[in-house]
Amino acid sequence: MAKDENGIDIDYVANLARISLTDEEKERFSGQLGDVLEYIEKLNTVDVSGVEPTAHAFPLENVWREDTAEPGFSVETALQNAPASRRNMVVVPKVVE
Amino acid sequence: MAETLYYRTASELSRELESKKITSEEIVRSVIERTKAVDGSVGAFISFDEDDALARAKASDERRSRGRELGPLDGIPIGIKDILAVEGQPLTCASRMLGKFVSPYDATAIRKLKENGAVIWGRLNMDEFAMGSSTENSSVKTTVNPWNTDCIPGGSSGGSAACVAAGEAPLSLGSDTGGSIRQPAALCGVVGMKPTYGLVSRYGLVAFASSLDQIGPFAHTVEDAALLLQAIAGHDDRDSTSFKTDIPDYRKEIEKKRGPWKLGIPKEYFGEGLDPEVRKAVQAAVEFYRSEGCEIVDVSLPHTEHAVGVYYIIATAEASSNLARYDGVRYTHRSPEAVDAIDLYFKSRAEGFGPEVKRRVILGTYVLSSGYYDAYYLKAQKVRTLIRGDFLKAFNEVDALLTPTTPSPAFRKGEKTDDPLQMYLSDTYTIGANLAGIPGISIPCGFSESGLPIGLQILGRPFHEGDLFAIANTFEQAHHYHAKHPELK
Repeated sequence: MAKDENGIDIDYVANLARISLTDEEKERFSGQLGDVLEYIEKLNTVDVSGVEPTAHAFPLENVWREDTAEPGFSVETALQNAPASRRNMVVVPKVVE
Repeated sequence: MAETLYYRTASELSRELESKKITSEEIVRSVIERTKAVDGSVGAFISFDEDDALARAKASDERRSRGRELGPLDGIPIGIKDILAVEGQPLTCASRMLGKFVSPYDATAIRKLKENGAVIWGRLNMDEFAMGSSTENSSVKTTVNPWNTDCIPGGSSGGSAACVAAGEAPLSLGSDTGGSIRQPAALCGVVGMKPTYGLVSRYGLVAFASSLDQIGPFAHTVEDAALLLQAIAGHDDRDSTSFKTDIPDYRKEIEKKRGPWKLGIPKEYFGEGLDPEVRKAVQAAVEFYRSEGCEIVDVSLPHTEHAVGVYYIIATAEASSNLARYDGVRYTHRSPEAVDAIDLYFKSRAEGFGPEVKRRVILGTYVLSSGYYDAYYLKAQKVRTLIRGDFLKAFNEVDALLTPTTPSPAFRKGEKTDDPLQMYLSDTYTIGANLAGIPGISIPCGFSESGLPIGLQILGRPFHEGDLFAIANTFEQAHHYHAKHPELK
């Protein structure tokens, strides 16, 4: 369950979002987001029976292109913003033991 | 002469370049000097590259001397919100997360500006990742309102609005997800337009809420805004949501379309919470259009009261997904404290994101989480359908809608920073256009007694930007608010 009496189970949601929060942040965000959620509750007064959801303002169809190679970034360009790289690869902490 | 150039409109500068009365180098030097003189107090720029701008100006003058100029924007400096990719330039989104990022490519809008010979001028401050309404969420610096430096410039494109108002660039680009162009334009007394969703390619615009984001122009005048939109509009293979549609010549539309128009006044935009001075200024604008022979009709957009709620579900949901890419792995801030791969995500994001971004990612994650998706996200998408339907129904009857852009003039720094909900409610009148995908423009329509600008918002049919420019231009030509500038030290 993601909801406690204040509105949001902040630990559960922060874990899903992969953000570590300080205790101070947890307390502050819980209160503030509680206010926002309370405001949003107003939507429950709207009758949406038979209404289709809108994901985009204009109807979109999938767009295809020919599967042909086009010029892309060089390895140097692709890695220029990497926090750590070695031998044309991004260095990351060990994922498997 | 150089000292007076920086407040000229882009159209005037363009004509003077064409008649060889001035050079692009003179314009750019004037803008650079102005920026150095006032930006210490305005704070519009995160960074600028003087050498690059001067090199582009000289190249423009060179082209022109050989009769090879590239169009009306050739040689005109344009400020860029720090959310658009310019090859070889930093792109921070005013976030520590992208503190060291340098763009490896040009956004499509930037590529088009370069193809038009424009001089890319500086990186403009904003709320972090475009999340905010006051530019106070920037992790880099504070931008103030040039009309009153105790007040906020609006946001999220606060730097883009302030730099035009302060004469630091005649034109700038911003992005608008829930009002982030129109709201700061109104509060800083300049023209700002959010085009129809799909008119301008979003390729190279850092994504906040992909179904709502649009790039658009800031300018002193309606004609200038049209000039800038002209250059960046059009289909792009690199943005599958960009629309295949013919782009009219907007300046010809302004010439050609003289009205009278049938204009709707949505009663929901004039209710509780509207500042009396804003109400008065907007009502005076309505009376102006009536005196011009326009038919003024009362209309209703009954689902308006739900727009803010729908927006903060859809925008945060999309943001929580879009911002998942900032993981500390490939091109962002990486926490030096991380002990393993998963910890790297948690700590890099905790260190890289500021409070408002964290708040919105948490809210967006929550509304998409198992058990809540139907109650929040799906419900919001359905109410979005109703909101869009309200607008389309109104446009069966009227050519455009007249509303205030914001409920009040610029508020004071710090006034709403501890109360996100109050901050969110300052977008009440602008959010509907993003949810419906329709275009909107804000133009100056007066000043409060304390000397703060007030904005008139005109909302129109999808892909009818030409109508909005023409309607806005009629007002501007009769009032000349754009000729007033703030006094800055």
